Amino acid sequence: MTGSPTRRDFLRLSSGLVVAGLASGCASPVVSSLTGSQPATADVIFWHLFSGGDGANMATMVEDVQASAGISVESTLLSWGNPYYTKLALAASSGRPPDVAVAHLSRLPLLAEAGLLETVEEAGLTAAGVTRDRFTPAAWSKATVGGATYAVPLDTHPFVMFYNRTLAKRAGLLDGDGRLRQLAGRDEFVGAISAMKEVGGDFGAVASNTADPSTTWRFFLTLYSGLAGSILEDQGTRITLDRDAAEETFALMRELTVGKKLMPHSATITTASTLFGQGRVGFLFDGVWQIPTYSGVTLPSGDPLAFDVVPFPAILGEEPRSYADSHALVVPRSDGRSSEGSRQAVAFIKGLLEDSATWAGGGHVPAWLPTQESEEFTSKQPQSNYVRAAFEAVYDPPGWYTGAGSDFQNSMGGVISRVLAGQVEPAAAVGDMISALKTYATAKPPVG
Amino acid sequence: MSSVTITRAEHRRSERRRSEHNRAGWLFSMPFLVIYALFLVGPVLVGLVVSFFNTATVAPGLGEWVGLDNYAEVLGSGEFWASMWHSTLFTLLTTPLLVVLPLIAAMLAARVTRNQWFFRLAFFAPYVVPSSIVCLIFAFMYTPETGLISHAFGWVGLTAPDFLGSVNGAWFSVVMLTVWWTFGFNFILYLAAIMDIPEDVYEAAALDGTSPLQQMRHLTIPMVRSTISLVVLLQVLASLKVFDQIYLLLQGGPDKATRPAIEYIYDTGFTSYRGGYAASATMVYFLALVLVAVIWALLRRGRKVAE
Repeated sequence: MTGSPTRRDFLRLSSGLVVAGLASGCASPVVSSLTGSQPATADVIFWHLFSGGDGANMATMVEDVQASAGISVESTLLSWGNPYYTKLALAASSGRPPDVAVAHLSRLPLLAEAGLLETVEEAGLTAAGVTRDRFTPAAWSKATVGGATYAVPLDTHPFVMFYNRTLAKRAGLLDGDGRLRQLAGRDEFVGAISAMKEVGGDFGAVASNTADPSTTWRFFLTLYSGLAGSILEDQGTRITLDRDAAEETFALMRELTVGKKLMPHSATITTASTLFGQGRVGFLFDGVWQIPTYSGVTLPSGDPLAFDVVPFPAILGEEPRSYADSHALVVPRSDGRSSEGSRQAVAFIKGLLEDSATWAGGGHVPAWLPTQESEEFTSKQPQSNYVRAAFEAVYDPPGWYTGAGSDFQNSMGGVISRVLAGQVEPAAAVGDMISALKTYATAKPPVG
Repeated sequence: MSSVTITRAEHRRSERRRSEHNRAGWLFSMPFLVIYALFLVGPVLVGLVVSFFNTATVAPGLGEWVGLDNYAEVLGSGEFWASMWHSTLFTLLTTPLLVVLPLIAAMLAARVTRNQWFFRLAFFAPYVVPSSIVCLIFAFMYTPETGLISHAFGWVGLTAPDFLGSVNGAWFSVVMLTVWWTFGFNFILYLAAIMDIPEDVYEAAALDGTSPLQQMRHLTIPMVRSTISLVVLLQVLASLKVFDQIYLLLQGGPDKATRPAIEYIYDTGFTSYRGGYAASATMVYFLALVLVAVIWALLRRGRKVAE
């Protein structure tokens, strides 16, 4: 035998390595995907859709919970919106879901009806003290589908009014404490925006209303809900839109843009952030999640942008209303999860709730009342200003086709954008909205 | 003549050789054929099956058998036909521009003798930028009130059109973006064809006293005719497949006025989770594309016969 290895030796050696690799590699992603099991890389596999400021807050919370609860968590960030929900649904329906996942409450009905989620009770969360009385009622009730609760609300993130404090002061809109004067009714609302326009320049307010159907939909539903009830009933199969209320809402929106030119009739999200961020308009109508965008912004003059955030007042109708959605934690149904795994999932969810004051940094109102009432949260500005909005929250109407980023929001938002741009009269827009609603209400639901 | 002299044995031998060649050919194309079957033919067949069921994208299994209901709904849907029209309109608006302008640019670039690399690079460069980046940049420039292009109108005392919020503006902005972005591909195809024309043809033409313009018209264009027809076909198919720039720049808006067929399929299949319905819409669209290709082939055959 010579010293150099023969070809046969080499083959024997390499095939041995392959077998050894397969035997030892049971937990490797390659093997687990071939055998169809979820790789056991951590105690809890967690999926979410938060990037940016929310993503950073979530990472902090996950680390906190890992340290305090003594569990390991593998956290995966997936891209926001439809790709996320498609992946979550496909993973759950093929029996390989994460242990805990984030979902918008507005997207919950379909996931629940498709049988992809464990109820809060089944997941063992009720026994761990995650109960109705410890949550913002509007959020908890939105987490309930057909009598069973399928999600643990983490927050409420309402549509609100941002205002520039410097301009508001000049416009005489502040009260004795230096806060925005309480406005009531349509005329005061329009009057306040006019006053802002006089001191601000081109416009009094701005909202992203072009190529952004979700934002226009939030704006519409905030105003409309002051006048009438839900626009859909019976899981989205019956249209209950009040024509007069919708027309009145459209008339106000149109008056603000093309009528009195108090808001740009065409404005993208970039227009809105440029105009408000540079101190060129007094009001911005957007979601609370934009607070981090404007925190620490410097004006062209070199001064910091001084702004505050308040809930929408009652504008049309008697009671104030705010469009809102909630991030929630869900436990997808999985046959492969051990009882130990379920226990750890519960500990993880509980830990995130208790740490939700960190989450409020992104502008969200914690849904977990012990946090919402804690000093840690109530001392947060401007977050604690608009807690009321979480209680006055109006969510997307329930239905298999509604919810965050849905085609339904695109359709509704599209009609509203045309009203804001002055391309359609309010009465005609109501007809357009109803015909768009009919497309969904009469379509065959994929589940249920 | 030679076939007469071939003996029976020789004939057999050449038959065998040909079948060996055939076998080798098949073996070499195997990897491609396997991938083609797995990722193209397979999904098309699955899609065809799914289109007869009320399949949900979020639930396991095929769901309930609905027969031709999905097709009936697709064919009766105003929104579907509107989206088909938008894909067609986009094709009608972009194809002429993207067939003619790159040809002119390539003919000019081919005449440049110094620093030709610069012109090739300048025209081709946008093509390598990903659609998401192109759309972000253009969305920024088109931004109402504050965007660069909207602003530029103000400098000369004009009111900027509503590039993103009005139907005409939206079409204009997406067509401009597409022309700028995809111009380079056709440009390179033309340039390669023009470079293939032998120099002496031009020399002879120059001796005959033709002007550069006459050379372009009577020499270059006839000699790149087959490339032109290739570019037209590729461009029609590429334009009919439009999705990303309209989705990223406008979300198919304002109010779905620019939503192309593929976005309609995406919206119903992945946003509304109606997998079966979206599959039947896909089949109808697929059929429409096949029809375009067949008509194209027939027209070409007709022309060849005429020639």
